[in-house]
Amino acid sequence: MNTRTRVLIAVTGVLTLAAAAVIYVGVAGARNQDTASAGTSGAVTLEGGRLLFRSTADADRGHVSSVSAADPGGARAVSTVSCSRVYAAGGTGICLRPETGLTTYQLAVLDGRLAVTQEIPLVGLPNRARVSPDGKRLAWTVFVTGDSYNGGRFSTRAGTLDLTTDNVEGTLEDFAVTVDGKPYKAADFNFWGVTFTRQPGRFYATMSTGSHRYLVEGDSTARTVKTLRDNVECPSLSPDETRVAYKAAIDGDPAKGWRVSVLDLASGTVTPLAETRNVDDQPAWLDDRTVAYALPRTQGHSDVWAVSADGSGAPRLLIPEAESPAALP
Amino acid sequence: MYLSTIGRREHPGGVSKKSFALLGGNVFALGTVSLVTDVSSEMVTAVLPVYLVLGLHLGPAAYGVVDGLYTGATALLRLVGGYVADRVRRRKAVAGLGYAMSAVAKLGLVAAGSSATAIGVVLTADRTGKGLRTAPRDALITLSAPEHMLGRAFGVHRAMDSVGAFLGPLAAVAVLAVAGSATGVEGFDAVFVTSFCIATAGVLLALFVRDHRAPKPPSGTVSLRAAAGLLRGAGVRRLLIAACVLGLATIGDGFVYLLLQDKEDIATGWFPLLAVGTNLGYLLLAAPLGALADRIGRLPVMLGGYGALIAVYLLLLSPLTGWALFALTLGLYGVFYAATDGVLMALAGPLLPEALRTTGIAIVQSGQALAYFVSSVLFGLSWQFWGATTAITIAAGTVLVAVAATFVLLVPRRKARP
Repeated sequence: MNTRTRVLIAVTGVLTLAAAAVIYVGVAGARNQDTASAGTSGAVTLEGGRLLFRSTADADRGHVSSVSAADPGGARAVSTVSCSRVYAAGGTGICLRPETGLTTYQLAVLDGRLAVTQEIPLVGLPNRARVSPDGKRLAWTVFVTGDSYNGGRFSTRAGTLDLTTDNVEGTLEDFAVTVDGKPYKAADFNFWGVTFTRQPGRFYATMSTGSHRYLVEGDSTARTVKTLRDNVECPSLSPDETRVAYKAAIDGDPAKGWRVSVLDLASGTVTPLAETRNVDDQPAWLDDRTVAYALPRTQGHSDVWAVSADGSGAPRLLIPEAESPAALP
Repeated sequence: MYLSTIGRREHPGGVSKKSFALLGGNVFALGTVSLVTDVSSEMVTAVLPVYLVLGLHLGPAAYGVVDGLYTGATALLRLVGGYVADRVRRRKAVAGLGYAMSAVAKLGLVAAGSSATAIGVVLTADRTGKGLRTAPRDALITLSAPEHMLGRAFGVHRAMDSVGAFLGPLAAVAVLAVAGSATGVEGFDAVFVTSFCIATAGVLLALFVRDHRAPKPPSGTVSLRAAAGLLRGAGVRRLLIAACVLGLATIGDGFVYLLLQDKEDIATGWFPLLAVGTNLGYLLLAAPLGALADRIGRLPVMLGGYGALIAVYLLLLSPLTGWALFALTLGLYGVFYAATDGVLMALAGPLLPEALRTTGIAIVQSGQALAYFVSSVLFGLSWQFWGATTAITIAAGTVLVAVAATFVLLVPRRKARP
């Protein structure tokens, strides 16, 4: 091949590739522009009888939406608020979203009409979000990662915000930890998936250290955390506070996937639910008998499914094109 | 090749612009391919955590599984790639295959959708491509520049490579800004597609790289036996041991940045910027320090680089705080990389017979990478059990011992055996 041919091939190729990239980016941008302007202001509130979620439909992706709890397949109300994760309880909403560009995120506290009342910068990639039943406490989980330069290793941090005192607890890692009743110290503590009880200051969460992923019970006032059980991830406390729904690593090995399960806190009995697909989500209770969770379908699209909390029956499609479900009782 | 020539100042001459002009187009062609490819791969690296967590909602453990596949894939393949390249005497073709594999993997990310397993497979293919291409590329550099200019050649190549790594994340942010990142995976897909286009352009630019295909060596020259025989040569063996010892003394970027962060309690959002600081130092200094290595000897420059690493560890132990700490630590860390990474290859190249050069380079690189992995694990453990101060003190002591050992191993001997 002579130099002339080489230059010709290279120039043609590079120009074609540049054109392809520009067109692709332009089309993606135009599509996202339409999505960004979707929704109706005031269409979604945190009042009762509805299910709140994050839409994954092409037309209004990312927008906080709601459906009637009695008719989840029915008409959807779509708000103008966009979030990566959303949850609500007791008239307070939590919205995790990118701030500007790529590197910074924020937690927005939403009031009953989805107006932002407070913004907190988040350091790391937000992942889990919860609100206490009374709407007074909020919790989130972020992945804290470097980048290629630290081998892509990650760790998680779980934080809480108490709206009555405005006290922000950036990480639970400073709490006094007891494992199996004994005080325990380690550099590799990771917390994620907080779920609140009605009792002030009390919560459950996942704590990992070494190869264990424990269910822990925490007390924000005493700043203590104690382990209850191994192999429990992303717990979610039932409304009657007797059980915890969570994702259980199959054979204790996360590489094999997760099974949604329910743990009875008093007896320690574990009930695997009828859903046999891999659920990588923090489940949400719709009521004392039903657990909901998101299942990704194709890239960027998810559906919310529901399954009976006693292990019977079969999973049913609850809300198509949705994730981050929260019941507003 | 005699060990006695390694550190010797053979061709004294100024570090002038003219001396870089003598390098020949091939080094710049290889550098351009690396630059363009690095823009592409660092674009993906920059957005991948965000994509997995925010775009696909992967939980902590699933992310860990993907990440494990990502990092564990390359060491053995590098040796295989090196040997095959020597065996078929087509270093450019093997490197090109590696570049092409990584390019196609970028499209694979779009096709993999939300399946963690598929993403793991695609990322493994990407790493495999990187493993395949590194040793043949470095062997081509050693064959593209006169021996007394190898330090400059690697310096120029590594500097161009770093420019790519520097631009990659900026390109990703620019694409996301145009395509919109807040609401969906389209923005990420746009990054992957753009990254694919850039990587493919890099493969096309490889058209301008000339392969060095020496006449076919006598049969048996390139065999597994001959490859193993490389290690019987005292020079190669000493170099490999030195590379491993120095690898053992390096604790890993992540730890250095975490220790800095620990000391100063800066917001984690600034974390990626620490790497940018180091990279900036690296790209500015790689070519000048490579030229200096050609002038005063490669061994002193490399050992000086490790001296800079000791200084980094001592700074982490020192009472110094604030911007001075950051500037000095990151600057010296950049000096460490600029004085060691390419210079080691420039040291290795002439020691290795041309027929087995790619295999030899792959062996040295793999040995160093393995030692580096071991030291990261050990450092992590000592940090956990004995605390940061003790761990850094041990690390600094290890570098000192490693520098002494390397000096003994590689210092020019007056009476070298043939």
